[in-house]
Amino acid sequence: MLKINNLHASVEEKSILKGINLEVKAGEVHAIMGPNGSGKSTLASVIAGKEEYEVTAGNILLENEDIEELAAEERAHKGVFLSFQYPVEIPGVSVTNFIKTAINANRKAKGLEDMPANEMLKLIRSKSEMLEIDRKFLSRSLNQGFSGGEKKRNEIFQMAMLEPKLAILDETDSGLDIDALRIVANGVNKLKSKDNAVILITHYQRLLDYIKPDFVHVLYNGKIVKSGTAALAHELEEKGYDWIKEEVNA
Amino acid sequence: MDLKEKLVSSFLAFENHVDIDCQIHDIRTEAIKTFETEGFPSKKDEAWKYTSLNSILKQDYSVFPKQENAIEYSDVKKYFIHDIDTYNIVFIDGKFASHLSQTTHDGIDVCLMSSALNKPKYRLIIENYFNKVATKDSLTSLNTAFAQEGAYIHIPKNKLVNKPIQILHFSTGSEVALMQQPRNLIVVDENSHVQIIERHQSLSNNPVLTNSVTEIFGNKRAIIDYYKIQNDNVNASLIDNTFVNQKRESHVSVHTFSFGGKLTRNNLNFYQNGEHMDSTLNGVTIIGDKQHVDHNTLVHHIEPNCESHQDYKGIFNDSATGVFNGKVIVNKEAQKTNAFQSNNNILLSDKATINSKPQLEIFADDVKCSHGCTIGQLDDSAMFYLRSRGIPEKEAKALLMYAFANNVLESVKIPELKKRINGLIANKLGVNIGFDL
Repeated sequence: MLKINNLHASVEEKSILKGINLEVKAGEVHAIMGPNGSGKSTLASVIAGKEEYEVTAGNILLENEDIEELAAEERAHKGVFLSFQYPVEIPGVSVTNFIKTAINANRKAKGLEDMPANEMLKLIRSKSEMLEIDRKFLSRSLNQGFSGGEKKRNEIFQMAMLEPKLAILDETDSGLDIDALRIVANGVNKLKSKDNAVILITHYQRLLDYIKPDFVHVLYNGKIVKSGTAALAHELEEKGYDWIKEEVNA
Repeated sequence: MDLKEKLVSSFLAFENHVDIDCQIHDIRTEAIKTFETEGFPSKKDEAWKYTSLNSILKQDYSVFPKQENAIEYSDVKKYFIHDIDTYNIVFIDGKFASHLSQTTHDGIDVCLMSSALNKPKYRLIIENYFNKVATKDSLTSLNTAFAQEGAYIHIPKNKLVNKPIQILHFSTGSEVALMQQPRNLIVVDENSHVQIIERHQSLSNNPVLTNSVTEIFGNKRAIIDYYKIQNDNVNASLIDNTFVNQKRESHVSVHTFSFGGKLTRNNLNFYQNGEHMDSTLNGVTIIGDKQHVDHNTLVHHIEPNCESHQDYKGIFNDSATGVFNGKVIVNKEAQKTNAFQSNNNILLSDKATINSKPQLEIFADDVKCSHGCTIGQLDDSAMFYLRSRGIPEKEAKALLMYAFANNVLESVKIPELKKRINGLIANKLGVNIGFDL
């Protein structure tokens, strides 16, 4: 699905990713953990195609195709989805209209007609029910005045609608209370299949109790310094990151 | 002969066609003298520092169109809000077009300035209101000198006008270059409510210059919603001089949507003569190429306990230039005034320009007055968010610009008009956003 080789990236001349290697196969869930400032969000943004980041070395292959030159929307058309840590507020554009626009933009890129209105409505209904999203919520302006939990739930709703091949969830658990976390995690679990893959970026083990990762990686100072199974996440929860830093610096 | 000389000498010819033994004509004669003395404003005038009329004054405009030009409704239907019932006052090359109009005298007067100026039954209103709030600056005086045709709307007290009134001006291009000077008078009496939509549309590429004056009187508890659609073609220029005189407890709003034209100058003036009223001045400007739009607003708070709200949004592409000059005066007596002003702009190109200048003159000490002005580009993280959902760059930009202008659209109270303006915005941004905005 995704293969990252020796990826280096910088923003405004500042080097942030310093040689990332990562392979994610279809059907897998990978968790990326690490202390603040280690480059986790940058990695997510670089995969999704944020223009401010410059890839200075290495490459990103999605289903064996180098996507580095593709614009963010083209990557989305190929099935990349990023759930934002800080979703942007768009006044005057409702959640429903936004998702309709996104769905039809993706269909257009694939040479398909707009989704018929009744089909769209049905899809919106079933996905919003799955995430326990209130009907009224859908007619509100996108992310405007949403609580932290509502924003994250809305991100997962968009993911459910767009059905990506590769979903990157950037700190989707932050700002969620335990009920919201359960709902969001259930949503992600229902969307998981043998044909898609999920990358979870998180500080905490908490989310991983609900979404079981196949692999856990620790990102530190722009590099993956340790990889393991779910057990590694527990170890980090218990011992913090200092022992890893010591290992790296030794 | 330059345009000023031409206009001054045309006044003699104009006098052959109007009744010169009436009081109105004394006003006209006075006005042409003012114009003759002052001439057209230049960049030396503080109020015209950022807007030069030079390029548009060079044309050899016809001041009186020679012939009446018929146009078919089917050719211009798209410029009407036609999906709802409305009163229409329509002019072609400055002349009233009865076949396109729907006027009325049934309880309210929605008709022509020329009849109001000439018929005895309107004399009292004309005497009390005509040229009473319009200022004596040179361009307004020029219009006053030739004041003859335009819309005349009088809503007596306790009337809720059941359909919007559209005032449309078409120019056909039968003249090589045309100058028009419509004069509108709108008087809304106690407790009455009216909605008005005004539009100027050139149907050819010949140059058109319109110097329009509209006087609006909102009497006690009157509610007036006035919408100006400025989406003319690139050879048409408009100087819009609008004066609003409000009495106590009235609510008057003027929305100005500026998407077209070569040069557009909006002189919008509100005078609050009474307590407990509010005035709303909203604008959305979206222009490109070498278009120029200048909003020059004045809100004069004269008495206590009143509010004013100004919200102007501008999006400027290519080499377009915008000006916002918003003046708020709060008299010493006007305590407890709440005056808000905001002007937000997005520049989409390095060559686009906006000059934004708030001017607050506050003489009272117990007031809330605020103003804010921003100039920026589209937010990169918002763009990335939309594009990461598969929305292409162009549509993403359009969505963000729509969102930017949205709160001004929210206050449009005629749904069909709102839909039309949404369509104009999508068109102006060159996108089909994919849903009814």
